[in-house]
Order: sequence, then structure tokens, then C-alpha cells
Amino acid sequence: MASEAREVLFEPLVDNNPIALQILGICSALAVTTKLDTSLVMCLAVIVVLALSNAAISFIRQHIPSNVRIIVQMTIIASLVIIVDQFLKAFAYDLSKQLSVFVGLIITNCIVLGRAEAFAMKNPVWISFLDGVGNGLGYSLILIVVGTFRELFGSGSLLGYQILPLTSAGGWYVPNGLMLLAPSAFIIIGLFIWVLRVWKTEQVEKPQYQIRQVHRTEVV
Amino acid sequence: MPNETPQKMLIVALLLCLVCSVLVSSAAVFLKPLQERNKELDMKKNILASADLLQEGADVEQLFQSVEPRVVEFATGEYADSIDPATFEQRAAAKNPQTSTAIPRTQDIARIGRRAKYGLVYLVRNERGGLKYIILPVHGKGLWSTMYGFIALQDDANTVAGITFYQQGETAGLGAEVSNPEWNAKWRQKQVYGEEGQPTLQVVKGTVEPTAPNAEHKVDGIAGATLTSRGVTNLVRYWLGSHGYGPYLSRIREGELNDLNVEGG
Repeated sequence: MASEAREVLFEPLVDNNPIALQILGICSALAVTTKLDTSLVMCLAVIVVLALSNAAISFIRQHIPSNVRIIVQMTIIASLVIIVDQFLKAFAYDLSKQLSVFVGLIITNCIVLGRAEAFAMKNPVWISFLDGVGNGLGYSLILIVVGTFRELFGSGSLLGYQILPLTSAGGWYVPNGLMLLAPSAFIIIGLFIWVLRVWKTEQVEKPQYQIRQVHRTEVV
Repeated sequence: MPNETPQKMLIVALLLCLVCSVLVSSAAVFLKPLQERNKELDMKKNILASADLLQEGADVEQLFQSVEPRVVEFATGEYADSIDPATFEQRAAAKNPQTSTAIPRTQDIARIGRRAKYGLVYLVRNERGGLKYIILPVHGKGLWSTMYGFIALQDDANTVAGITFYQQGETAGLGAEVSNPEWNAKWRQKQVYGEEGQPTLQVVKGTVEPTAPNAEHKVDGIAGATLTSRGVTNLVRYWLGSHGYGPYLSRIREGELNDLNVEGG
């Protein structure tokens, strides 16, 4: 049991990362990672929603009629997201202002519904809760990496503390404006997936199409 | 009861909705006071920041004691003291057809459609009780969003003391730099009104040479945010123009409203 729990919790970090391997939840990973602090708050919000929605759905899984199950899952997820959003507005107003619609958009984050459907519908409460936390952590890992790169090279700071002195303030670092735009997150996530698959070669997909060698002796 | 019967489906749906709605509404109700306080505090912070009165670590509420909110009638430019500024909601009033007017299309450079008949002003006084800063709420369309902010003028009702934006949804890193204090600082000491008495202050493309003609009417543009910059120019010109706070400010310049002590807060 303990090893199963550990596996469920840590497998999504590297071996089955929701962003890097399942390629889910990319949209919010682009939107909230211009700064590290917004990334961290988003991570926390996603972990809370994922863990609680998994636990709640697993708790009533034996009573969910299968033809309304998606809407039942969505209702639970949406309620949790609204509650998290309300808490942020009450206790972290400035950050929630910066996150604007993206907290609300956790509802449409494919990871949440994906885990509910693939895991929580079939497993007991505690293990589903851990699966939610684990996948949330996997999502967080990417967001933190992307957020660190984007804030450091886009604004020369980390968590608001200036690391690289900017030219506009008399330093030497010219901030890279691309880092503040969404495409840079694509590039960083792409590089991350590349590095990950060099390390974990079993994640490399088989090529769908192979270029065929045509020899001169063959009749084309 | 088997899961797939219609009765079971209805029961599950009903119970689920009931539980979820209780949770969501209780979160909304219990957290509302905190959220309202945050909103109000944020607004006050921005009002103070626009006139550069915000101090690191100081209590916002306490600093805000020195700010005196008043209500002004746009058409006449006079104070409307029958309206309590503490309860007057300018944004709500702008939506209500009875308390607002449609802005003529030719005048609506800020692209906001309607404005309230009355507007808030925030006054800051010097030690002798005279006027020091006039802080005005402004808003207008940028590239994606309506930008809400405050512009502070010095007692001559012409020199800019500062500007802030507390709500906007412009591109992060580009247009969203309108709320960057460093850019806001570039507005200080700029002159709003040109020789004809019209607001001529504008955000230009690139940087302003201090020796260039009319440099006092020009603010450095934000690189990569031409449309947002244009939106800021337009909203400042609208709100400080004849359809906005223009009449009120010209009364102040002519000294008609300077005897403010009679009101006594």
C-alpha cells in the first residue's frame, strides 16, 4: 500500500508528467508563467482543485450513473474552482488580480477532468486524493521551471527580487521581451520535453512515418 | 437502487447540485466582507500612489485619512455636496440610464459609451488647508480591455503629479506596463493643457527629448504597445477635456472653487 501510494504520488512528476508526457493543460502553462509568483499560486490552486475533485468524485463513484458522469464531474470541479477563486480574492487579492481569468479556467484544464475520468472513477478515495496531488505536482514542476526561466530572462528578477540588473535601472542586462510573450513558454516546454526524453528514452514516441529509401534499381 | 434508472439519475443530480450550491454560496457569502475590503484597500492604495503619497510599510487606511473625497457635477463643474461621496458609486451610476448620459460619438475618444452625470474627485490638502493635489478617476479602452486608473494633478490643475492604473487586461509585459510605477513616474511634471485650453498631453512613440518643442506635453510611449498607449492618451484627453472634468478643473484654475474650507470635510 505504501509503495502504491508513493508511486501514485511521484509517478506524475517525471515518468508520467501531465504536461510533458500527456500534453494536457498547456494553455494555462502559457498564460500564468510570466512571473514565478503567479505560477506558484496557480500551482497551489491546481493541486487543491485536483486533489479535492479526485477525492470527491471517488467518494461518490459508485453512485454516479455512467451516462451523466461527465456533467457530475464538471459540477464538482467547477464548484471547487469557484471556491478556490473566492479564497484567493479574499486572501491574496493582488495575485488573484494578476491571475484574472486563469483561476476560473482551471475548470477547463484537461488534467482535472482527465484524472477524474481515468483514475478517480475507478479507485478508492485516499489513493485518488494522492493521485490528484501527484498530478498537481507534475503540473507544478513544469510551471515552476517555465516561470523561473521567463521571469529571470524576461524581467531579470525572481519572485520580484532583482537578480540581473536591468539596463533601464543602470545595470547590464537587456531583458528578453520574447520571454514575456506566450510563444516563449511553448519553446521552454518543448525544450523541457526534449531534455526529459533524452533522459527517459522510453517516453520517446515511435515515428508515425518513416521515410522510405528508394533505390535506383527499383521501378518507381 | 441500480445506478442507471432515471430516478437515481435525478436523485444524484439534485443532491449534487444542492451540496455544491451550498458550498459555493457559503464561500461567497462568508468571504465577501474580506474581498470588499481588499477591493477598497486596493483602490485607496492606487489613489495614494497616483499622487506618490504611498509609503512603504505604512498603513494605507491611515494615509488615506488625508484624502478628501468629493462629488462633482460634470456639466457645471461644481461640487455636488448633496451626494455623499462615501456611498456614491461612479461605475454603477455610469451604467444606469437615469444617472448617466450618453457620450456623443465625436466626443467619445475614450470609447466608453456612457458616463455618470456626477464624478468623484479626491482632494489632498497642504498644511494650510489649501489645495495640494486633485486626484481624478479615469477610464477608457486600451487594446483589449477597459483600463481604470487615477490621474493626480497639482494645485494648478494643469501639472500632472502622477497616474496609476488599478484595473486593466492589456498584454502582460507590453500594454500591461501602464501599471508599471516606472512608466507612471514619467508622467510627473507634464502639462495637460495647451495654449487653447484643450488637453494636449499625449503618449508618443519612442522617447521624448527634454529639449524637443512641447516636450512638457509628451510622455514616452511603451515599446510594443502602440494601441494601449493611444488608449491612454485618449482617456486622459477625454476625462480632462470639456466633456469630462474639464469644466471643474477650469473653475479651479480660475480660483472659483479654491475656498474649500467652508465645507470642512
